[in-house]
Amino acid sequence: MATTTLIYDGTFEGLLSAVFEVYTHRLQTVNLHAGEWLTSALFEDVIKVVTDETRAARVLKGLKERVSHIGVQRLYAAHLAGMVGEDLNLLGYIRYAFDSPMNIEEDYGNRYVVRVSELVRMVRREKHRMEAFVRFQQLTDGTFYAAIEPDFNVLPLLIRHFKSRYADQKWIIYDIKRKYGLFYDLHDVQFINLDFSDDNKAANVMASFSEEEGIYQQLWKNYFNSVNIASRKNTKLHVRHMPKRYWKHLTEKI
Amino acid sequence: MLIILVFLIGMNEERITEKLNILADAAKYDVSCASSGSKRKNENKGLGNASNGICHSYTEDGRCVSLLKILLTNHCIFDCAYCVSRKNNDIKRAAFTVQEVVDLTINFYRRNYIEGLFLSSGIFKDADYTMERLVRVAKKLRTEHNFNGYIHLKSIPGASDELMNEAGLYADRLSVNLEMPTEAGLKLLAPDKNQQDMIKPMGYLKNAIIKHTEEKKLFKKAPLFAPAGQSTQMIIGATPENDSEVLHSANYFYKNFKLKRVYYSGYVPVLADSRLPALNTAVPMVRENRLYQADWLMRFYGFKVNEIVNTAQPHLDLDIDPKLGWAIRNMQAFPVDVNKADLQMILRVPGIGLLSAQKIVSARRFGKLNWDHMKKMGVSLNRAKYFVTCNSNEFERRDLTGSNIKQFILATSQSKYLKNTQTQLNLF
Ligand code: SF4
Repeated sequence: MATTTLIYDGTFEGLLSAVFEVYTHRLQTVNLHAGEWLTSALFEDVIKVVTDETRAARVLKGLKERVSHIGVQRLYAAHLAGMVGEDLNLLGYIRYAFDSPMNIEEDYGNRYVVRVSELVRMVRREKHRMEAFVRFQQLTDGTFYAAIEPDFNVLPLLIRHFKSRYADQKWIIYDIKRKYGLFYDLHDVQFINLDFSDDNKAANVMASFSEEEGIYQQLWKNYFNSVNIASRKNTKLHVRHMPKRYWKHLTEKI
Repeated sequence: MLIILVFLIGMNEERITEKLNILADAAKYDVSCASSGSKRKNENKGLGNASNGICHSYTEDGRCVSLLKILLTNHCIFDCAYCVSRKNNDIKRAAFTVQEVVDLTINFYRRNYIEGLFLSSGIFKDADYTMERLVRVAKKLRTEHNFNGYIHLKSIPGASDELMNEAGLYADRLSVNLEMPTEAGLKLLAPDKNQQDMIKPMGYLKNAIIKHTEEKKLFKKAPLFAPAGQSTQMIIGATPENDSEVLHSANYFYKNFKLKRVYYSGYVPVLADSRLPALNTAVPMVRENRLYQADWLMRFYGFKVNEIVNTAQPHLDLDIDPKLGWAIRNMQAFPVDVNKADLQMILRVPGIGLLSAQKIVSARRFGKLNWDHMKKMGVSLNRAKYFVTCNSNEFERRDLTGSNIKQFILATSQSKYLKNTQTQLNLF
């Protein structure tokens, strides 16, 4: 059977629109990629998915009848992470949910269900790591600033945790890899973009740390060193829990 | 004016750093660091919450750093043989003020370094005097700083019921360290202490927690009282108790005092004393790990303490985990059919954890499970295959004895502990 390739814009609505295409055209074997629509790639079996809110909403409504509220959230989180090459598995999961007479969320015998649960686990782990590894630095105006570089796009998943925990301080968490951040102004969380393009500005951020900031960083490093028990040293375990790629934003490892 | 101010901050910084080094160093041998189990919410837009236990960092020995774990002071009137802070040990002494501990906690917390505070102390003057200071720190954090992060206070043995009650109102968790698994062990190494002084506050707290929990059910507004419960710690390997004594003692305290956790701390030889293991004795890390595994089996896998250790089997195996050990001693209970057996029995299969056991029970409603399915659910087949059957024609047909299986598993598995000891040996 011929394989049809679907190209979509990478958004969750786009993914749901792709599901719509699959069912209206009764497609069987498909391929799904997020990316630009290249007019040069004009093959008969390539469809450009138009992201359409009404179609997406219809698909979402149908999906909600087949999987639980939490199931939809998990799917959303798995998609949000933006892992390359996983689009087809997400599509496969949705199709399997639509094609089965019963709720399939716990059917761990199915490869799509298993894969989605693996993706969710990876995203969750990254989210938990970020909740642990964010290191705020206090700026002169009292705002607490943190830079992160997570493997997956987890910033939107961090809002709830940080908002309820640090309700009485302004804070910014900035994903320098994906160039956007969260800003909490004591009331709400907004998405922001900071312009670090000009070198001066980066230096300005440094210069604007509060007077106490250096002291507490030093105290924290001291604390970290004094709780170590040398006779129990286990570097392998240490690195497994705190992979090296996170170190450059960890005060105690700098 | 400005110059004086800067000078003051500078001086303070140095002194605070020194205190922190001394008092964190003295507290680090206490292993309990969990910050979970509390449901304290952030109220009135204050600072922090204590809902989930996050490890914010890991020491180079791989332990979780979740709390600012310090002593208020390492001055002590007692002389426990195993403790670096003991009266007759010649070390630098220091003491934090209440305000210093509060400032450190708040500032570490705001930077997302920690989940909260774990405050313990040497005993200066007497039990109540010391306990009163600890309580004051917690009270100040809660009432003046609207701090809702996690607070674990060490209860000083012998402290009054009134103070214990106040402690419970501000802290999430309270703990009294049993120190030694048996009273005889305690007598030998901590002659100033008696087990009764430790058990008394535990008993008081148990009743107070039950009472408050019931009130909370009736009145939503009733105050929280030590919502994360109480825990204790025993030092392993400083005295000659066997694993059976250790685990039976743990079981006794779980049952009678409703403890949330018992921590086992492999003794780190820090002091020369004829009553203690010599200074070059290795920390019993594998044993400590086996005890934690056994503890999990008791708390989450439905094992009775007698099934794990008993007079015939007074020690846990060091080369295999206690679950595999039990399975090998009870071959008559296997093989288990994963498509039929109830959850309790599936949980007893070596290689199947809590999560995969639940997945198996959920997934088999959709169809019969085979090896591949189980592998995808995270079952470690290299162990489980000797103990289960599933929807497949391929299964272990040989009539293997328990010791055969043990050999096969040991030969194919790379036990991280065996490896670990090897790398450690290589270092010397
Ligand atoms: S009472 Fe506590 S601090 Fe004092 S010597 Fe004994 S164990 Fe150490």
